[in-house]
Amino acid sequence: MMDPSSPLARFWDEFRHNRIAVGALVVVALILLIALLAPLISPQNPYDLATLVLTDARRPPGYVGSKGFTHWLGTDAQGRDLLSAILYGLRISIQIGVMAGAIAFCLGASMGAFAAYFGGRLEALIMRIVDLQLSFPAILLALVLAALLGQGKWPLITALVAAQYAYFARTAHGAASTERSKEYVEAALSTPLSPRRVVFRHILPNCLPPLIVVATVQIANSIALEATLSFLGLGLPVSEPSLGMLIANGFQYMLSGRYWISIYPGVALIVLIVAINLVGDQIRDQLNPRLRR
Amino acid sequence: MLGFIIQRLLQAAVVMLVISALVFVGVYAVGNPIDVLISPDVTQQIREAAIKAYGLDQPLWKQYFDFLRRLAVGDFGRSFIYNMPVLDLIASRIPATLELTLAAVFGATFLGVPLGMYAERHTEEMFAKTIMAISILGFSVPTFWIGLVLIFTFAVQLGWLPAGGRGETAQLLGIEWSFLTANGWKHMLLPALNLSLFKFAMMVRLARAGTRETMLTDTVRFARAAGESEWTILSRHVLRLIAIPIVTVFGLELGSTMAFAVVTETIFSWPGVGKLIIDSISSLDRPVMVAYLMLVAFFFIVINFTVDISYAALDPRLRTRRA
Repeated sequence: MMDPSSPLARFWDEFRHNRIAVGALVVVALILLIALLAPLISPQNPYDLATLVLTDARRPPGYVGSKGFTHWLGTDAQGRDLLSAILYGLRISIQIGVMAGAIAFCLGASMGAFAAYFGGRLEALIMRIVDLQLSFPAILLALVLAALLGQGKWPLITALVAAQYAYFARTAHGAASTERSKEYVEAALSTPLSPRRVVFRHILPNCLPPLIVVATVQIANSIALEATLSFLGLGLPVSEPSLGMLIANGFQYMLSGRYWISIYPGVALIVLIVAINLVGDQIRDQLNPRLRR
Repeated sequence: MLGFIIQRLLQAAVVMLVISALVFVGVYAVGNPIDVLISPDVTQQIREAAIKAYGLDQPLWKQYFDFLRRLAVGDFGRSFIYNMPVLDLIASRIPATLELTLAAVFGATFLGVPLGMYAERHTEEMFAKTIMAISILGFSVPTFWIGLVLIFTFAVQLGWLPAGGRGETAQLLGIEWSFLTANGWKHMLLPALNLSLFKFAMMVRLARAGTRETMLTDTVRFARAAGESEWTILSRHVLRLIAIPIVTVFGLELGSTMAFAVVTETIFSWPGVGKLIIDSISSLDRPVMVAYLMLVAFFFIVINFTVDISYAALDPRLRTRRA
C-alpha cells in the first residue's frame, strides 16, 4: 500500500471524491488500453489492403460481411471494418497527441525556466516571442506549418509542437520566476553547481504542478488539433488514417445518409477529449492554491 | 509614452520582416508550382516561357527582394489559379467571412450572456444544467465534427436547411451580402451556429462567473435593500458590471473566430477567405498563400500593437518597466 501521508496518496484521496473525475479517469485508462491492444482485439487489420472486400463497402452497422464476422459499426468506403479502423485510429491520434504534448512540454518548460533563471535580455527576447505567438491563434499557426512542411507524422508533430510549446513556456516562466527568488535556489546558487543543474534539478521540479495542468489540457488540445488538420487534409498520409481522417473520408457519404462512417470515429474522438478534459479539470482544481480550503 | 510607441512600432516592423522572410521561404519549399500550373505534356518551350513569366527562374533571394518591393507598393502578384490580382481575390472573399464571423460572435454574445446569467441564478434547474452541459461540450468537441452533425441533422435528415453555399445575395455598397436575403440567412444559419458554439460556451462561463462575483458585492446588497426586483438588479446593475470583461473578450475573440472560420467555411463550402486559403494550399497557389499569411500576420500585429498601447496608456507602470 501507499504511504497515506505521501503527497501522491493525499492527492488521490482527494481526487477519488469527485465521482465524475474518477469515471473520466477510468474512461481514459480504458481507451488507452484499447488503443494499446488494438492489433489483438480488432476484428480486422484495417491497413492490410488484402483483407478488404469492396463489395462490403459502405454497409450499415450490424452488417455481416463476406468474411463471416459482424461489422458492428458498419464499413467505410473501402470496405474496411469501421470498429477496427477506429481502434487503430485511436492509437495514432493518441500517439501523435502524447508525443506532441511531451515534446512541447520539454521544450516550453526548459525555455520558460531558463528565461526566468538568466533574466535580462534573453528573458525579454524569449518571452516576447512567446507572447507574440500566444496572441496568434494556435490553429492558424499549426495549419500554416502543416501546409508548409507537407504530410507525414513528423511534420505534423512539429506543427503541433510549434503551436503549443508557448503555453508551457508561459506557465513555466511564471512559476520559475517565483521560485527563482526563494531561498533554496539561492542556496543552490551559492554552491558551484552548473546553471543547467540548478534549473533542471532544483527549479523545474517545483514548477511541475501548474505544468501538469497545462499538459493534460494541451494533450487533449493537440488530439483535437490533429484531428482538425487531418480533416482539412493537412495531417497524416492516407495510409495511416487517424480519427480525423476517418471522419473526413466519411464526410462525402454523409450527404447521402451514410452517417456511420463519420459519426462513430467522431464519437470516439469526443469521448476521449471530454474524458481527458474532465480529469484535467479536477487536477487543476486540486492544484490551484486559490481554491484550497 | 512616445518613446514606448516608437519602440513598439520598430518591434512590429522587425517582426513583420521576419515573418515575411519565413513565409516566403516556407511557401517556396512546397513542391514545384510550375508542375501544377501547366500540364506535364506541354513542350519544353512553353514550359520555359511560363517559368519566365512567373519569375520562377530567378534565384530565391532575388524573388524575395522582388516580392518585398512589390509588397511595399501593395502588389501581391496574381493568383496562379484564378489569374487575377491576389489582393482583389482576397478582397472579394472578405465580405463572406466577415458576415459569418460577425453573425457567430454577436449570436454567441447575445445568447450566451443572458443564458450564463440565468444559469448562475437557477443552478439547480434542469434548464440551467443543460446550458452548462452544452458549454462544456462547446469547449471540448472539435468544431469540424459539430459541423458534420449539424449538416447531417438539419440538412440531410430533416431537410430544413441547406448544407452549403452562400445562397442568394443582395448588393449593399457595391458588395454582395447574404444577410440581406431570407435565403441567404437560411444558408448562413448552420455555419454561424457551428462557428459560434465555442464562443457561446466561453460567454456562458464568463457571464456566469461574473454574475456570481457581482451578486456578492455591495452594489447588489444596496439595490436589494432599496427593494428593487431581481430582474431590475440583474438587467440594470449586474449586466453593466460584467459588461467590461465581456466586451474585452468579444474584441479579442473576433480575431480568433476568423481563424476558426477556416474550418467552418471548408465544411459548409462557404466561399470566404478561409476556404480560399485551404484551396490554395492544396493547389499550391503560392501568391495567394503568401498574401493571406502576410495579411493575417499584419492583422494580428496591429491588434497586439493596439492592445499594448492602450494598456500602456491605462497603466503607467507598464511604460517604465518594459520600455
